[in-house]
Amino acid sequence: MAGPPEQAPAPGLRYAFGSVLSFFILLLIGVFAFSIRLFSVIKYESVIHEFDPYFNYRVTQFLTKNGIYDFWNWFDDRTWYPLGRVIGGTVYPGLTLTAGTIWWLLNSLNIPLSVETVCVFTAPIFSAFAAWATYLLTKEVKGAGAGLTAAALLAMVPSYISRSVAGSYDNEAVAIFALIFTFYLYIKTLNTGSLFYATLNAIAYFYMVCSWGGYTFIINLIPMHALLCIVTGRYSSRLYVAYAPLVVLGTLLAALVPVVGFNAVMTSEHFASFLVFIIIHVVALVDYIKGSLSPKMFKVAVTLVVSVGLAVCFAVVAVLVALVASSPTMGWSGRSLSLLDPTYASKYIPIIASVSEHQPPTWPSYFMDINVLAFLVPAGIIACFLPLSDASSFVVLYIVTSVYFSGVMVRLMLVLAPAACIMSGIALSEAFDVFTRSIKFQLPGLSGNSEVNAGDGSSSTVVAQNDAAKTDKREDTLKDRPSRKNKKKEKEKEHVEKAPVKSKVKRLLVLPLEASVVALLLIVLLGAFYVVHCVWAAAEAYSAPSIVLTSHSHDGLHVFDDFREAYAWLSHNTDVDDKVASWWDYGYQTTAMANRTVIVDNNTWNNTHIATVGTAMSSPEKAAWEIFNSLDVKYVLVVFGGLVGYPSDDINKFLWMVRIGGGVFPHIKEPDYLRDGQYRIDSQATPTMLNCLMYKLSYYRFVETDGKAFDRVRRTEIGKKYFKLTHFDEVFTTHHWMVRIYKLRPPKNRIRGKTKKPKSKGSSTTSSKRGGTRKKNPWH
Amino acid sequence: MRGKAELFLIFISVLPFLSLSFSAESPKERRVLVLLDDLAIKSSHSLFFDSLKSRRFLLHFRLADDPEISLRRYGQHLYDALILFCPSVQRFGGSIDVAAIADFVDSGHDLIIAADNNASDFIREIATECGVDFDEDPVAMVIDHTSYAVSDTEGDHTLLASDNIIESDVILGSKKIEAPVLFKGIGHSLNPSNNLVVKVLSASPSAYSANPKSKLANPPTITGSAISLVSIVQARNNARVLITGSLIMFSNRFFRSGVQKAGNSTKHERSGNEQFFTELGKWVFHERGHLKAVNIRHHKVGVTDEPAMYRISDDLEYSVEIYEWSGTSEPYVADDVQVQFYMMSPYVLKTLSTNQKGLYSTAFKVPDVYGVFQFKVEYHRLGYTTLSLSKQIPVRPYRHNEYERFIPAAYPYYGAALSMMAGFFIFTAVHLHNK
Repeated sequence: MAGPPEQAPAPGLRYAFGSVLSFFILLLIGVFAFSIRLFSVIKYESVIHEFDPYFNYRVTQFLTKNGIYDFWNWFDDRTWYPLGRVIGGTVYPGLTLTAGTIWWLLNSLNIPLSVETVCVFTAPIFSAFAAWATYLLTKEVKGAGAGLTAAALLAMVPSYISRSVAGSYDNEAVAIFALIFTFYLYIKTLNTGSLFYATLNAIAYFYMVCSWGGYTFIINLIPMHALLCIVTGRYSSRLYVAYAPLVVLGTLLAALVPVVGFNAVMTSEHFASFLVFIIIHVVALVDYIKGSLSPKMFKVAVTLVVSVGLAVCFAVVAVLVALVASSPTMGWSGRSLSLLDPTYASKYIPIIASVSEHQPPTWPSYFMDINVLAFLVPAGIIACFLPLSDASSFVVLYIVTSVYFSGVMVRLMLVLAPAACIMSGIALSEAFDVFTRSIKFQLPGLSGNSEVNAGDGSSSTVVAQNDAAKTDKREDTLKDRPSRKNKKKEKEKEHVEKAPVKSKVKRLLVLPLEASVVALLLIVLLGAFYVVHCVWAAAEAYSAPSIVLTSHSHDGLHVFDDFREAYAWLSHNTDVDDKVASWWDYGYQTTAMANRTVIVDNNTWNNTHIATVGTAMSSPEKAAWEIFNSLDVKYVLVVFGGLVGYPSDDINKFLWMVRIGGGVFPHIKEPDYLRDGQYRIDSQATPTMLNCLMYKLSYYRFVETDGKAFDRVRRTEIGKKYFKLTHFDEVFTTHHWMVRIYKLRPPKNRIRGKTKKPKSKGSSTTSSKRGGTRKKNPWH
Repeated sequence: MRGKAELFLIFISVLPFLSLSFSAESPKERRVLVLLDDLAIKSSHSLFFDSLKSRRFLLHFRLADDPEISLRRYGQHLYDALILFCPSVQRFGGSIDVAAIADFVDSGHDLIIAADNNASDFIREIATECGVDFDEDPVAMVIDHTSYAVSDTEGDHTLLASDNIIESDVILGSKKIEAPVLFKGIGHSLNPSNNLVVKVLSASPSAYSANPKSKLANPPTITGSAISLVSIVQARNNARVLITGSLIMFSNRFFRSGVQKAGNSTKHERSGNEQFFTELGKWVFHERGHLKAVNIRHHKVGVTDEPAMYRISDDLEYSVEIYEWSGTSEPYVADDVQVQFYMMSPYVLKTLSTNQKGLYSTAFKVPDVYGVFQFKVEYHRLGYTTLSLSKQIPVRPYRHNEYERFIPAAYPYYGAALSMMAGFFIFTAVHLHNK
């Protein structure tokens, strides 16, 4: 594994050169990671994107204004009316605290940035950090060359860009950094056996718990790895140091986060870590006893301990099973269950299934999100097995589990991306390594030239090679330390391991020169293709803030700023305590942008409340009015895309309103809305569908736009074109009709008698009334 | 023309007072538009009008088909109340139609409708809008062969003497109406599910509504005490409407005539009509039974300031002052005013205690549930305007530092943790020392 003999002189200088070079490469990677995410700011504007980021932004504003204690105790009376929401106890505070700290730091340095600016740029900053963390992690696994490659790949992987463009101010933005950094510290501890890193690891884990619910991935993956090491006979004191403090400190720290609290010891997501914690202690004990007893005594002790231990284990397991079985979901949260059983959510929890990012991904989304990495990952896995160390087995485990999870939920593609980058980084770096070395070996006199030809790729891989050799050596010395008994075995193993490696190196070295050069060129081409794709994805696919939409047509660019128009209307024209009902998707935006109380929002913690709104939307007007009135709702907001062809509007989400509503209130029956198994709104639509509130609010006066009432999303003419609203008044419709706001009529002032009206006069009064409403309408 | 302009100026100057039908301590003269079929009614019903004038009402008499009349101008209503003594009008002059009158009521103004046996569809439709259905048969009248008013000629028993008067001090005053009320006209029925309409004067069980001139061919559509002779409506915005199927009830002749009910030997010098309509007029024009709630206050016990938010299990005090308008503001005294602490359903329901001077108050503990609550007072009493007060107040959970620091029940656990730590320390020391 040592470098060629010509390189032997002046190794110190080359190391220094290499580390300076890698420092600058890392710096550039950081700058690149930051700047590739600025497309959204340049192409649109510096705004917060989408839905959840608006909530985080609002929370951050509150934090910067009121301080951390008020944030912790914040009871928000503007959402989930009338239940309210204890924000401090139900939010992962990591992101908010991070951005708040950045803002506070900048302000105390007299850099007066607005909170919004800080929030917008938090995600790009942290993606640079994430790239560096990837470098550290991969360096621990396979050396600095692989680390640099992996960092460069991660800096621009589209999957991660989609969650961390400027303005995408969401938990994942900081959580991915925390995730990778926690893994890095775990591997670092595993490689060094240092208690210092173990403590840091627990703190990094704490930051991850603060940031994202995805921390359960860590607290399951690390035990899995520890178990794997134990089962494959790789137990060492380093593993114990890496694992045991993490579980103890990590669990204690996790319990400090209000949203996790006692969940850290009560829910099934965390049980794996405790189980492995017990196992690792048993193994450590066995190890200790083995070292201090004679083999014969040891056998006696084993039989004794195994029989007693089995009995105790059985009792504990029985208690656990009884405890777990007593909860209806076996102690798992709905989201975790839908991960373990991908069909669970669609069967039992429509509210989880209704979120598009909880759907399983399609094949093209893999190519879109990780592109060529998908092909490089297998190569990386192979590289990890040559040789298999504790660290490389960890990343293999990481990629295998994350591939599975990403297959269950699109959203978890984000967890896969770093693993794929690490694997591809390893694969690319190994490939470069092999090819450049084979070139060098065949041109011994021109080694200097070849280095120049190959550019910094080869030099960094050389550095990597040396680093790898160094870590190998260090590992050797470390491995000497563990118990005397293992020593022999390990040495044997190392011999076995080393032999094939050497033979492989020799075998690879006979690659023909031309083939190596061509292969190098192809790899560079592949890399170039990846870069082009990533830049395209960053610029075109993932930069849209989704509150401002654009479309290109033959007569130029069209901007649809209807959402902000509607929220501005609400904030200027309604009373500050008015309640606005809408489907839950728009809850966060309404509270953050319009500052009005909403009934339900994107924090879908109360299924019944959401079902109530869903039921109202799927009910006829009068019943809907009664539901809304009982919730003190003044305005109803619907999103309608039929005029401009905006596909994610409320009619397309309507099936979830029916399903979620019907799940709680059985009088809403899905078949009533279905014709031929479809939600149709054309002339074939069912009467229930045509009379439900959502249909009416979406299509009210729609026929006046083009005379035919042609819905451009559903590509059909609507079923019922002319109708009046009896309990709602249209108060505002945005420029492109994308948001329509209705006001609940007050209860009738008088109750009419039952005598039917004389025909002629009746029609005259209604027509005059209609004239009245039309005059109030800002549209005509 | 000049007069009108002047009138308009006056109107503008009193607008702030008019916009609330009742607000100032010293009431201004209130404008009443009286629409008549025939100006003769002005003199034939002068007693009723005089009683109104004596109570500082400014009456504007107009013929119903006067092309100049209108209820509102420049978006403002010109009158506080409207009296329709024009049963036979086919359509109003000017800009008045059913919708305009409905709008007049919906903006909080009062209305008196009197029909008679040739009531037009138009008047019937207005009544229907207010929730009262006159008998659809255009020639029908209310006939009662047992409790008619005895008169010199036998007649067709369409002149009724009814004493089925609603018992309500707030609607008809505290003085009991001794004499029966004379009625001659068409009856109407009410929808039982309509809780805004109240029968004030109803027919006896033996009455029925039919054409008195012809023989009864079909069973009458409305009979017995389902027939209402005089009804009142209090709309949700507290506008009050009086509806009767007899215009002549208001006439001087009926006010002055004596009455003897058939089968009853007592002969009353005067019919009850004058007292009945004077008192009822007071009610309709909000001179009685109008409640006003002011100074809604709530605060924690021992603190005077009103908090923006309560904490669960806080002790709070709630108070409201309720006054009744009857010429002057007087404290309203009742023992049945309740306050709800409401979040989707009432968590606390308490009867407010009064100090007899209008102040109602209570104290209770905030329930152990957080959320956005409301203090709600929903006070519906016959004859009184509806009091519907609600005030939103959020209730938060404990702050992190409002919990007890040490719980006595947990002392064993504290002990366990501390002893464990000490034991571990000793163990480590011993273990290391002995190595």
